[in-house]
Amino acid sequence: MKKILLWGGLLLLLVVLGIGLYRSQQGQVGVGEAAPDFILQSFSGETYRIADYRGSVVVVNFWASWCESCKPEARDLEAAYQYYRPRGDVLFLGVDYVDTEPEALAYLEEFQITYPNGPDLRTEISQAFRIRGVPETFVIDKNGQIAHLQIGPFQSLDHILSVIDPLLD
Amino acid sequence: MKRTSQVFLGLISLLVLMLALTGSGLAQGSDPTDDEVNAVASQLYCPVCENIPLDACGTAACEQWRGIIREKLAEGWSEDQIKDYFVAQYGDRVLAEPPRQGFNWLVYLVPALALIGGVVLLGLGFQKWRRAAVESKPTISSRKAKKSPEPSDDYIRKVEEELKERSRSSK
Amino acid sequence: MAAEIGFGALFITLIFAVYSIVAAVYGQKNKSQAWILSARQAMILVFPLLTVTIAAMLYLLVTDDFQVAYVADVSSRSMPVYLKLTALWGGQAGSLLFWSWLLAGFGSAVALRKWDRDGDLLPWVVVVNMITLAFFLVLNIFYENPFLRYWQDASGILTSFRQPKGALPIFPRDGSGLNPLLRHPGMIIHPPMQYLGFVGFIIPFSYAIASLITGRTDDRWIQISRGWTLWAWLFLSLGLVLGARWAYDVLGWGGYWGWDPVENSALMPWLTGTAYLHAVLIHEKRSMFKEWSLLLIIITYLLVIYGTFITRSGLLSSVHSFAQSRIGPVFLGFIALTVIITAWLLNSRWKKLQSQHALEKILTREGLIIISVVLFLGLMVTVFWGVLFPTISELATGQKVTVGPPFYERVAGPIMGGILILMVLCPLAVWSFVSYRHLGRLLWKPFLVSLIGIALPVWGGLTRWPALIAFWLVAFVLAVNIFEFFRRTRLRRRTENESWGTALARVLKRNQRSYGAMIVHVGVVLMALGVIGIEFFQTETQGTLAEGQSLSLAPYTMTYEQLDVFDDMSSARNVARAVISVEKDGRVLGELNPRRDFYYDSGQPVTLPGVRSTLIGGVLVATWPAKKKSTA
Repeated sequence: MKKILLWGGLLLLLVVLGIGLYRSQQGQVGVGEAAPDFILQSFSGETYRIADYRGSVVVVNFWASWCESCKPEARDLEAAYQYYRPRGDVLFLGVDYVDTEPEALAYLEEFQITYPNGPDLRTEISQAFRIRGVPETFVIDKNGQIAHLQIGPFQSLDHILSVIDPLLD
Repeated sequence: MKRTSQVFLGLISLLVLMLALTGSGLAQGSDPTDDEVNAVASQLYCPVCENIPLDACGTAACEQWRGIIREKLAEGWSEDQIKDYFVAQYGDRVLAEPPRQGFNWLVYLVPALALIGGVVLLGLGFQKWRRAAVESKPTISSRKAKKSPEPSDDYIRKVEEELKERSRSSK
Repeated sequence: MAAEIGFGALFITLIFAVYSIVAAVYGQKNKSQAWILSARQAMILVFPLLTVTIAAMLYLLVTDDFQVAYVADVSSRSMPVYLKLTALWGGQAGSLLFWSWLLAGFGSAVALRKWDRDGDLLPWVVVVNMITLAFFLVLNIFYENPFLRYWQDASGILTSFRQPKGALPIFPRDGSGLNPLLRHPGMIIHPPMQYLGFVGFIIPFSYAIASLITGRTDDRWIQISRGWTLWAWLFLSLGLVLGARWAYDVLGWGGYWGWDPVENSALMPWLTGTAYLHAVLIHEKRSMFKEWSLLLIIITYLLVIYGTFITRSGLLSSVHSFAQSRIGPVFLGFIALTVIITAWLLNSRWKKLQSQHALEKILTREGLIIISVVLFLGLMVTVFWGVLFPTISELATGQKVTVGPPFYERVAGPIMGGILILMVLCPLAVWSFVSYRHLGRLLWKPFLVSLIGIALPVWGGLTRWPALIAFWLVAFVLAVNIFEFFRRTRLRRRTENESWGTALARVLKRNQRSYGAMIVHVGVVLMALGVIGIEFFQTETQGTLAEGQSLSLAPYTMTYEQLDVFDDMSSARNVARAVISVEKDGRVLGELNPRRDFYYDSGQPVTLPGVRSTLIGGVLVATWPAKKKSTA
């Protein structure tokens, strides 16, 4: 009896370590995988649920006001948003990662960002996407699958357009 | 047997007592009154950098978080309310220990059980070993059971000490 | 050139290690002494071979060969030579190589000893040592090659050991340099001590396994490995203490121990190692509980490997841990194999090893030691659980949690208090039997003296009674130990008619081991004093000061005099150095210089506090731009 417990305990420990290791080595949610569903509460109070936007392209951008590398792409993202806005089938969502509201709002003000942004409460959204840092952007196609994973800032507005255009019909 | 269990009861109570007391002792000693911000910040961890308490972290982001604590304190928020706010914003991992709910009880339960289990096993072990000693030396143990007269005079005490010294020096 | 030599030697060492394993097993199976001796020969050679690799790496570091990716990662032109040398263990690949080198050192040293008496253990000692070495060498050769170099071809920059087709070498002008936190004299000694401590336990482990495999039930393995184990334990203890002091010097929060997962990984084997050192005593005197010693040393070694795994695999995150690495899965495989084989061996021999345990009274030295072993184990299990819990919790609930100091302090405090109590009683308890009366007689005088431990603090104004109890315990342990030696000296003086001086010298000489133990226990007690001091009496305050303003924390006053900002070109850093004058009760103590260094090569800043430590107290001042915190 004691033996079964001891062996069982040892094996359980190894299994836990194995799964933990696997999880820690998993990268971000990858291209081709289904995008995790989530709910974002924007700073202005609206609620956005990804599952509701099946049929649209969704651009999920993780950023933070303390993140220096996020700044180069900030204006380009806003410009891309304005470019696709008349079409109505491209949604831009900014997820504010581990940040403070006053500074976040100041950042949005500075770069004149008008698309919806909200805090990643309890870091649930970033955990779901398994991000490793900021900025990271996930472009989700009309079928709810990840079409493009951008680690680090986009290089330019054209870069963003070249990623999204193929997903539109 | 009774003596053994008494000793064990004593040991366990002592451990439990010390556990309870140390907790309160620590809680009393750590927050100076003119550093309320740090008092709260020291109970939180930096949400971004790993394993650095919020009061010790020097990054700009941590500055912002301490700023939030300052604000909330000024608004009259209690320590617990501020901690809850941080958890709602950043998740459970900003707390220095897991919130005591649900699955997290295991973090305390398992070591407690292990310690108690260890003490119990030890107690049982001592009983078993005692029995083995008694059984293997019937005559000597019965003599011991009669309680040998205490060596009350100086000479016998010296001999005891000498014997002790001799046995030690043979190491 | 150097990289080729280094890697070549590394590879050859692996071949020798594998040969050694095969030869030993073959020799054992076919009872061929020649093969076994050949295996031993190979084991002797691994250390010189690997020294060539280390020398090559050091050469690359000192000559600023930044084509080698590792050198570019951990070194830079502006670092002083001593730091470049320590950069050998500044990153994952190099530190693994350093580990292997130390492992090889121990292996070769063990192989060199006279094996006439214990020939039957030799093949298995070789096998265990060389399998472990082979594993770490494999990590360096196939997963974390420290000799990878930068090349450039049409597609961009590549890293590889051999020159890829059509690629040319590139020579970066400078490297990023060591993480600024590591640019400290502590880097010279703390990692080597720590690694020596970890790696040293392979020796007693291999002897234990050899003993198990050969089916022996005696304790010969303990006799021959005892010296090695003491050295490993000593290094591990030194590593822990040095790490604590380094942390205090460098981290801005006056911390010396953060219960960080990596720190805990070093603590756990120390706990079981210490338990082993005590359990072995029982086993020597009373021939009981042999299997405990075996179990404890095996657990110690397994904890060493486990600790290295969680530190390096990226499973846990910590300020100390290395960056993400691919070695995780293969390391886990190695651990799984080691654990399973060891457990299976223990299982098959357990019944044979069991001896009759007879213990009449708990209040004997062996009884108290057993209790102390249980306490050490209990603490280890708790720390183990605390380190693993965040991983378990995330798997079970998806939520990440932190298990931090409050958890550990709550458990460690009482357990260490219990161990302190035992340190009082144990030296007095005689082997086999002690009566309460006898114990009482031995204790009453030290007890009276120990009350000074309460009287003094109370007179000094202390009322917090957990601290009073702690001080009393410390005083008690000191008093008991001192009285014990006083008693022995006095007895000797009487029986041998010697002078006090001669008697004392003779007592010390004949009881070297207990003298040594007493020194260690007194040392532990002094550390306990320090810990109590910090945990209960540390005060801290914080404020924002303009130049000329003061912050007071009774009885200290700190005045911000000025800030000097300058570039230190010799070490390529920008320094913002504050001058803080410290006064105590109006008397000027001196100046402290907390500073912020910004290293141009790595682009990272580091803030270093100004520290002043004396035997009675210390001041630590840490500054951040526009923020300051001090502790007394």
